[in-house]
Amino acid sequence: MKKYNTLLAVPYFMWLIFFVLAPVLLVVGYSFFDQNGHFTLANYAEYFSSGKYLLMTFNSVWYALLITVITLVISYPTAYFLTKLKHKDLWLLLIILPTWINLLLKAYAFIGIFGVHGGLNSFLGFFGILPKQLLFTDFSFLVVAVYIQLPFMIIPLLNALDELPASFIAASKDLGASATQTFFKVVFPLSLNGVKSGVQAVFIPSLSLFMLTRLIGGNRVITLGTAIEEHFMVTQNWGKGATIGVVLILAMIVVMIFTGEKKVGGKK
Amino acid sequence: MKKLRSLLIEIVLIICLLFLGIVWLEKSSGMSDAKVVNIYNWGDYIDPKLITKFEKETGYKVNYETFDSNEAMLTKIRQGGTSYDVAVPSDYMIQKMRKEKLLLPLDHSKLPNLKYIAPQFMNLAFDPKNKYSVPYFWGTLGIVYNDKAYQASEFKSWNDLWDAKFKNKIMFIDGAREFMGIGLASLGYSLNSKSDAQLNEAYEKLKALTPNAKAIVSDEIKTYMANEESSVAVTFSGEAADMMAKNSHLHYVIPEGGTNLWFDNLVIPKTAKNKKGAYAFINFMLDSKNAAQNTKYIGYSTPNQGAMKYLPKAITSNRAFYPTVAQIKQMEIYEDLGSKYLEKYNDLFLELKMYRK
Repeated sequence: MKKYNTLLAVPYFMWLIFFVLAPVLLVVGYSFFDQNGHFTLANYAEYFSSGKYLLMTFNSVWYALLITVITLVISYPTAYFLTKLKHKDLWLLLIILPTWINLLLKAYAFIGIFGVHGGLNSFLGFFGILPKQLLFTDFSFLVVAVYIQLPFMIIPLLNALDELPASFIAASKDLGASATQTFFKVVFPLSLNGVKSGVQAVFIPSLSLFMLTRLIGGNRVITLGTAIEEHFMVTQNWGKGATIGVVLILAMIVVMIFTGEKKVGGKK
Repeated sequence: MKKLRSLLIEIVLIICLLFLGIVWLEKSSGMSDAKVVNIYNWGDYIDPKLITKFEKETGYKVNYETFDSNEAMLTKIRQGGTSYDVAVPSDYMIQKMRKEKLLLPLDHSKLPNLKYIAPQFMNLAFDPKNKYSVPYFWGTLGIVYNDKAYQASEFKSWNDLWDAKFKNKIMFIDGAREFMGIGLASLGYSLNSKSDAQLNEAYEKLKALTPNAKAIVSDEIKTYMANEESSVAVTFSGEAADMMAKNSHLHYVIPEGGTNLWFDNLVIPKTAKNKKGAYAFINFMLDSKNAAQNTKYIGYSTPNQGAMKYLPKAITSNRAFYPTVAQIKQMEIYEDLGSKYLEKYNDLFLELKMYRK
């Protein structure tokens, strides 16, 4: 049996080497070279000394944070009530369904909805509200980003809340806790793992939503993704683009550490 | 476990078969076949009927592939994976490709129809004596507006765009050279400026323009202008022609005081395998009647003098698309800036995009 086990692992190792390790190493490698192929630290020096990139990093983190918080605030109650419903699987399917549709299609649909002559503005028109510029604003960018990320937050939350034994809540109530106390002392702490994985699943991709910043934000919302695209596609300075990529990878590692499950000390 | 192993073997077999299939398909689609011409062009940048006509007339088979930016095209030709016989780069890109020795010199004796190209479009700075390229279409950078909201008199010069009435109204094409160019042109500087002082002056001036920017986008401008999401945009004349075909309220103006003059050109890249076919294709496209047909389909300005008489007067007398020679004299063709200044333009552009009110 043992022999088979190592043999069967080969495809996975190959996968890890070629599609996970090698690309990351390439990105890190490129970030240390300038356009003439000489080894340099200038890419990093420029990144951390220029206000432009730091501001962009701040912007990216800020928007990702906003998106994460808003999705969490919407998703938690949703997931909580879903666990109480009869046809849970059906509702879950309805939540997952939009993720089957391509991101770009959804973005284009929102362009139609938010347009000056679009659905939302004509709806507001019924109440005598004049057409507003909705596209290319922070508001529309956040709405679309949140909409796209919602399922990725709801699913881990739902799993965590679903696993919570009903007897715990009954016990809490038996011992005289009020509904609010039960929620904050029992339900929420026990669902924390779901919150953490939901935050990971939403925050990290939100850091580089560059297609949305362009289509919905009209490039009036700038995140690091925009800069990466520019360096790879226009100026062809792969070193600088890779440097930004490395910073993003580091940011993701930091998030993973903060939201990861701590297994030390026997505490769960 | 045995089942798993046989499954693995099956998967490997299928992969091998698919791979062989690709190789076979590439062979049969004529990587080496002398009867196929590989054309690498911008998307929707030729009348498809002309391809059929070319195939009928010459017996060649056309394999048509498209790209969406000069840089993407450059990368692919540099790699040399596919052997393109004809490509259509813009002016500054020709300069760059020439430097990198990616182009084959043209033998003018094999292109008799070259005589139809108007003399003012020959022998341009990016390719002296047309050693490597033949102009395909040309145009300018200007302003499109909707006559329901504005009049032509509101767009006399680039400086008019700074007017406070355009707050959050203008759509700009997403290009560093174009956006910086507006600043440079409004100050009377060259669009190819390599002076840090001039660039910084333009940057400071453009900061005041950013509140007027509704969005900085690329191809989407066409849709947004056509369905009146926006009433004014800075874009290329070719794009403008597209929108105007969809919405009759749109008009294109070229502001005074210089703008970008651009050319897309037919070239034979180093990777070409079927040079004979490439010459046949270029010569075919240079034919007056074919050029006129193509111009009617695409809507861009043709450099083909011979084609003019086959085009309706309404097109050829439109000064927005066929400006006078004196107007053209004021315009500037982009030069390859070199990587240092290309990056400088893009860095400033990125900072302007981030700049908030």
